[in-house]
Amino acid sequence: MSAGTRLRVDPIACDGRRLCAEVLPELITLDDWGFPIIRDVDMPDHLLDEAREAVRLCPKLALRLDGPRAP
Amino acid sequence: MRITDSFQRLARPESTQVPDCLPRLLPAGLPAGPAGLAGHLARYGPPPSPGVDRRRREGLIEEVERSGLTGRGGAGFPTARKLATVAAGHAPVVVANGTEGEPASAKDKVLLARSPHLVLDGAVLAAEMVGAGEAIVVVHHSVRDVVDDAAAERRHAGSGRIRIKIMTGADRFVGGEASALVHWIERGIPTPTSRPPRISERGLGGRPTLVQNVETLAHLALIARYGASWFRAVGTPQEPGSMLVTILGAVNHPGVHEIAIGTPVQQVLSAAGGASAPLQALLLGGYFGKWVGAEAAATRPFSSAALAALGAGPGAGLIAALPGDACGLVETARVVRYLADESAGQCGPCRYGLDAIAGELQRLTEGRTSDLSTLRRWLGQIDGRGACHLPDGVTGLIRSALDLFGPELEQHAQGWCCATRTPSVLPVPLRKQR
Amino acid sequence: MSVAAAAGGSQGLWFVSRASGLVLLVLFSAVIVLGVSTRLGSAPRGWPRFVLAELHRTLALFLVAFLALHIVTAILDPFVSIGWAAMVLPFTSSYRTLAIGLGTLAVDLGGAVLVTSLLRRRLGFRAWRAVHWLAYLAWPAAFAHSLTAGGDLGIWWVALIEWGSAAAVATAVLARLIAAIRHTAPAGQPSAGYERITPREPAHR
Repeated sequence: MSAGTRLRVDPIACDGRRLCAEVLPELITLDDWGFPIIRDVDMPDHLLDEAREAVRLCPKLALRLDGPRAP
Repeated sequence: MRITDSFQRLARPESTQVPDCLPRLLPAGLPAGPAGLAGHLARYGPPPSPGVDRRRREGLIEEVERSGLTGRGGAGFPTARKLATVAAGHAPVVVANGTEGEPASAKDKVLLARSPHLVLDGAVLAAEMVGAGEAIVVVHHSVRDVVDDAAAERRHAGSGRIRIKIMTGADRFVGGEASALVHWIERGIPTPTSRPPRISERGLGGRPTLVQNVETLAHLALIARYGASWFRAVGTPQEPGSMLVTILGAVNHPGVHEIAIGTPVQQVLSAAGGASAPLQALLLGGYFGKWVGAEAAATRPFSSAALAALGAGPGAGLIAALPGDACGLVETARVVRYLADESAGQCGPCRYGLDAIAGELQRLTEGRTSDLSTLRRWLGQIDGRGACHLPDGVTGLIRSALDLFGPELEQHAQGWCCATRTPSVLPVPLRKQR
Repeated sequence: MSVAAAAGGSQGLWFVSRASGLVLLVLFSAVIVLGVSTRLGSAPRGWPRFVLAELHRTLALFLVAFLALHIVTAILDPFVSIGWAAMVLPFTSSYRTLAIGLGTLAVDLGGAVLVTSLLRRRLGFRAWRAVHWLAYLAWPAAFAHSLTAGGDLGIWWVALIEWGSAAAVATAVLARLIAAIRHTAPAGQPSAGYERITPREPAHR
């Protein structure tokens, strides 16, 4: 576990573009309106790369990784 | 009342009688208008001024910490901790929050209308404590004139070092949220902004900003004069002091009253003349609060600790009394529709979710559906997913309504409602054109 | 070097320049169409949005490579005097000033889009987006350049590429404009064509 590293979304910036949920379905589900629900758990090591991808792909730059393993 | 030793240095020798009973913040009796500067000084004495001396400022903050004062805006954050955080920053600024966007609550307006100088004292003191040169006091439009007059009185009497600026708040429910208030002052837009960073570190103009409810500042102004022990003389050991409570609904004299924290709910209601009809439920805390059964709540002390057992809290100091002939479901549905319309519209779950939830609640009250699963799923989906607490407040309110008004739900599902009262209990402003 | 060989070498450079120009037009048009598709979420079934976004980015980078080829071969060609300055300064080429200048303009505008995209996180969303709009100016400049500087429209498949690209981009831009006017992008509410990316939890009874 990348202890203490969490994926967080800025709800104001988020526009429901849904790219993040495609890349990281293990941690991100969509609510009934297409906005991401991110599981509030420490980032598993094997998902760290996908998480960084999701952060990079977000068209609104709404995602960020908080914590020691953040880029 | 013994004034604490550390205060001998600050309090002027000719300080007047320490008020040793309630009310503390509001004038006793029913005066015709606001307390003028002369009356204010006659009652409370002059405020101490720590000036720019750092040790004296820190001493004052320590006194506030000893007093156990917490924010009176609804969040209940320890005031001394906020003061210390902002004081540690560079070029801070103080913002006094008197916008009171909650339609059912009137305590801040009443405080500003009756004791504006106490609030201004508190704002100036807070500015001195954190090392700010300016205090911005944002008030509800209905009391703007009173506060302007009070500020003018102070200027004529010889303005101190701290600049006071009075502004009118936006008439929006979310406009009272801390980041929304800063956003309103900076750019005239009363919507919350993305956090991090925290307001106390980077707020107005990028400077550390202290946002404090006006009632909290009024308490601060008295703690600075009379000390922590005096403040703790009423209230509970964990939640000391007094608070202002708006009491509305089926009571004989609805209005704002000052109570000691921990006063039993029944006694609080009798301060408002007692119930005017048999009560079925109480809304505690405000529109972000919770419904509780009237009998279950009656004997409970009005404090966070005691009300937590009922899943509720004092919130922004509000008790709405729901009589037996009103319908809690219909009242809740109206309030939720209003809150959904008040969404800033910035966050998807709030903008679309609250609207969907308001619609679903309406369908439930109209008996067009009896299935709660969609509503419950949506409540779970929006909880905690906004930039401010509007979604959470609404989910809490609705869940408490579903818990308490189960029998009403069944009745509405069959197409009838037992309420016979026509005017609503909970006030909801008319929809404005935006 | 004999004149014929020199002429042959120059012919080669000119051919590569024009061919890479056509490829660039196709690439640039594809990049615009993909960019709009990512934004609007309109894609054939089975194309997740992140694939469109990545393709948009990858093709844009290919574009830079072909652009280098296109520019270098044109400038090195001894039969036309373009000059290295004309690579970035528009309308400074002595050979067909307007036609080449339009290409330079496209490079300048597209270059700004590219650089800001690479530095997106540092610039913040608003600054990035403001510059990204320039792409809608860069493409017409590139297209006008391809018509005036290329000019092989007599060949049927060149004309097909030119007008096909124009049609694709025009459709994409029109769709983008309509969505902007109707505020239908992004999809913020459940729509009929909305595919669930993750399985729905079982409904509670």
